Order: sequence, then C-alpha cells, then structure tokens
Amino acid sequence: MSSFWSIWITVITLGSILGCFIFLRWCLSNKTGVQEGDDMHHEFDGIIEINNQLPRWWTYLFYICIAWALIYLLLYPGLGNFKGLWNWQSSNQGILSLAESKAAVEKAKEEGVISQYDREVAQANEVFAPIFDSYYAKSIEELIQDPAALKIGQRLFSQNCSQCHGSDARGQRGFPNLTDNDWLYGGTPDKIVETLIKGRNAMMPAWLDSFGADGIEEVVAYALSLSGRKVDESLADKGKDRFVACAACHGADGKGNQMIGAPNLTDNIWLYGGREENVTETLNYGRNGVMPSFKDRLGEKKIHLVAAYVYSLSHNTAAQDAMVSKN
Amino acid sequence: MKNAHEIIEKNVGLFTILVLIAISIGGMAQITPLMFQQQTMTPVDGLKPYTALQMEGRDIYIREGCVGCHSQMIRPFRSETERYGHYSVAGESVWEHPFLWGSKRTGPDLARVGGRYSDEWHRVHLMNPRNVVPESNMPGFPWLAENTLDGKLTAKKLEVFRDFGVPYNDEDIAGAEEAVKGKTEMVALIAYLQSLGTALK
Repeated sequence: MSSFWSIWITVITLGSILGCFIFLRWCLSNKTGVQEGDDMHHEFDGIIEINNQLPRWWTYLFYICIAWALIYLLLYPGLGNFKGLWNWQSSNQGILSLAESKAAVEKAKEEGVISQYDREVAQANEVFAPIFDSYYAKSIEELIQDPAALKIGQRLFSQNCSQCHGSDARGQRGFPNLTDNDWLYGGTPDKIVETLIKGRNAMMPAWLDSFGADGIEEVVAYALSLSGRKVDESLADKGKDRFVACAACHGADGKGNQMIGAPNLTDNIWLYGGREENVTETLNYGRNGVMPSFKDRLGEKKIHLVAAYVYSLSHNTAAQDAMVSKN
Repeated sequence: MKNAHEIIEKNVGLFTILVLIAISIGGMAQITPLMFQQQTMTPVDGLKPYTALQMEGRDIYIREGCVGCHSQMIRPFRSETERYGHYSVAGESVWEHPFLWGSKRTGPDLARVGGRYSDEWHRVHLMNPRNVVPESNMPGFPWLAENTLDGKLTAKKLEVFRDFGVPYNDEDIAGAEEAVKGKTEMVALIAYLQSLGTALK
C-alpha cells in the first residue's frame, strides 16, 4: 500500500475515533436549556419526556468501545501499513499462483508473522499427518481389515465421491456402481489408486452416421445377445458382422478392455441402462464418461484410504461389516 | 444556542445528510483505498477472461439466482480449504463485474467447482439434483436444456467488460455471437461452472 493511502486510512480511522469521543463528551453536558429531571414538554397520550442524562452503563459502554478500538488497532493490522504489534495476518493474500502461496507460507514462518490460516493447517498436520502416514505405509489389502481406516476412507468418500457414485457407492446411470466388483478400468488396489490419481476419460463414439438407423438396430440386438438376452436372431446375426468395428475397443468376444475403460458387454451390467432404447441411445450418440482427477484435491495419502474403502466394498470383509454396524 | 440537538431531531432531511456523511467517512477509509491497491488490481497468473459462452453462462447464473444459495468465496479456514481447495484470493476476482462472492451458504461453495464434476454430471444435476444427490434440496432447472441462446447481446456484454478493463480483443468480440448462437443455456451454464476457480494454479 502506498504511504499516501496508509496515511489516509490512519488519519480517517483515528480521526473518527477521536470524533466519537468528542461527541460523547459533548452529549454528556446539558444543552437543552431544561433542568435535569424536568419536563421536556414533549407529550403524547399522556406520556411525557423527562430530561435525563445518558444512562451511566451506556456511557461507560461507549468509553469501553473507544478503548477497545484503540487496543485492537495497536495489536492487529488496521491502520494502513502498520501491521500491529502481534504481527498477525489471516492468510497470505496477494499471492498470484499456488507456488507463490507455498513460498508465502515459508516466508511468513521465517519472519515470525502469525498467519492464522497457516498456523491452523500446521496444527492440524501435526495431529493428522502421522495418522495418514501410518496408513499410507500399509498396503490396501491390509487396510481393508482395519475398521478405523475404512471409516476415514468412507468419510472422504462421502465428501468427495458420493455426489456421483452415491452415498452408498452403488452409483447410478452414467456413474459406475463401485460395490459390484465389475470394473471398467480394473479393480486391483493399484488400478483404483490410478483411477483416483489420474482421473479417467472414456470415449464411446457415436455410430449413427456410419451404421445408419437399421445398422444400429442390428448392433443393439447383437450387443444385447452377448449377455444372453432374448433378441431377434436374424437381426443379431447381421449385427455380428458390424460388431467388427466395436471389437476394436470391446474385444472380439465383447468382454471389453480395461486398458481403455471399454465395458464388458457380456455381463448384463449396463452403465447407461440396459433397455433396448438405452443401448440404442448409447450407440447413436456415443458416451463420454469422465472421472475427475483427485490428485491435487486429496493428495496421495488420502487417496490411499479412499481406494481402500472402495476396494473393501467389493471385497466384503468383517471389518467392513463392523464399520457398517457401528454407523 | 438553545437545545442544538433538537434541530437534528426535528429535521429529517438534515439528519439524513448527517447520517450519509457519517457512513461515507467509513467508506472513505475502508472502500476507497481498495480501488487503488496492487492486491486488488493484479490478476492471478492463470486468469483468463470468460469466453463468450462462459459469459452467457455467468448471466444465467445471475438470472437464476444461484448466488442466493451458493457463495464463491472460500474463506481461509482449514475446514473450508479441506473441502473446497485453496482459499480465494483477490487476484482471482479482478475481472469480475460484479463479483458473485455471495454470502448465503445453503449449498456448497462454488469458487473452485470447475473440473470437480464432469459436464454430464452437471447436466443431470441441473435437470434434477436428486437424480444424482438424493439428499439435495436444490431446485431443478430443466428449462435450461430447452432455452437456446441467440447471442444478440453477447458481443455487447464482452465490450462492456472490455470497458471495465478486461483484456478482450476485437476478434473475441467479433466472434462472440457465433460462439454462442444456438447453444442451450444448459451448455453455457456448465461452461461457466467448469471455469470457476481454475485460474489459481
């Protein structure tokens, strides 16, 4: 802040506090021309006003407020560039990037500035970091036996994942069920962690232009037949020929490909609905499933716990049951 | 002078003027200096002006009253930054006219909602929030999917923002109508939401 504005603020602030004090003193003397305790000659409905002083408790309250303001301005930043005797600040304002934010935390620490937010975070880290570290050191297979770890994972899940996958993790149309042990990108602990860290972008192209409406009908029939659904067999036979194009991602046998998140079409689990019209819509217009990356939001240690919770959902263990019953 | 205070008590006009002077003194110390601070005038490194589509989305956000339930201001409390990400800083709002920080926190803060959900999630959620979050009490906005933008005023909006000091160039303004014409309000709003809070990197 330039010294002009610093002086501007200081003068107005101290000036108005002084002004309040002068006003208060001025109001305390009797200027009405009416003796203390006498009738002011304001009457309404038989109620008359007596000339009384400000109540004493009220007067003191004003004095206390003035004193409070001065003490506050001495200790905390309020008067322009004066930082206050306590060297306190709420947070590192004025940063222009996350890197600058990190640097500002260090700088404040070196200069002995009490940054309230930084201190809050540091205190929390002192308590929680060892807990997260100790869980991070264990494998996910171990963690799913530990109800306390799963409980933390569940909390993180509720806060960050349930908006799409549901509070019970059973998902819904367009957002995968995480409890059924059917995995688009692989269900090993490593793969779950990878999904959380990198995020996923699925790309099912639209086929209406290349197949035409009739072609789509045939492919839908074939796709449904893969999971043993009753379909018009002549249609399905024709669809089988066209399925060559689909096989590039879903595999010749339709069992999908977890490398690219192409769903298994033979298990009768349908991310976008399994009715004929749903599958037709999927083929006509394509689908773009997006799982955002949580690397920056949660960090690897928390992701480890979320992954453990997600893994536990389809590897039902005693710990998982214990946690559910405790809830 | 006899009973000077009575003059103020009995003259509403005079009293109003004195009250306004008293309030302005506060404003002079608290508001005026902010308009000349480096902190409130320097954009964060990654700040980009809204695209034409995002700008239309922002106006829909304002029209539908989203700001009445959603703040866009992550305060520097650990409890907030754990949930939403880095606290908001002044440099992120230098091109906001007016800013939409809000103060009513019925729904979650949206200051960094950009990239948090997929576009498809936003679409489903805006049609009827309970389709994705059964516990939600947010109203649905299904008409956004039906209303299309004609883009007649989009260029004008960007021009007004340029007058405020937002660095739009002539190309942005010339292409504004084309960029939004025929798109649904839903698409525009989602584009706006996905941009929120992504500037601080």
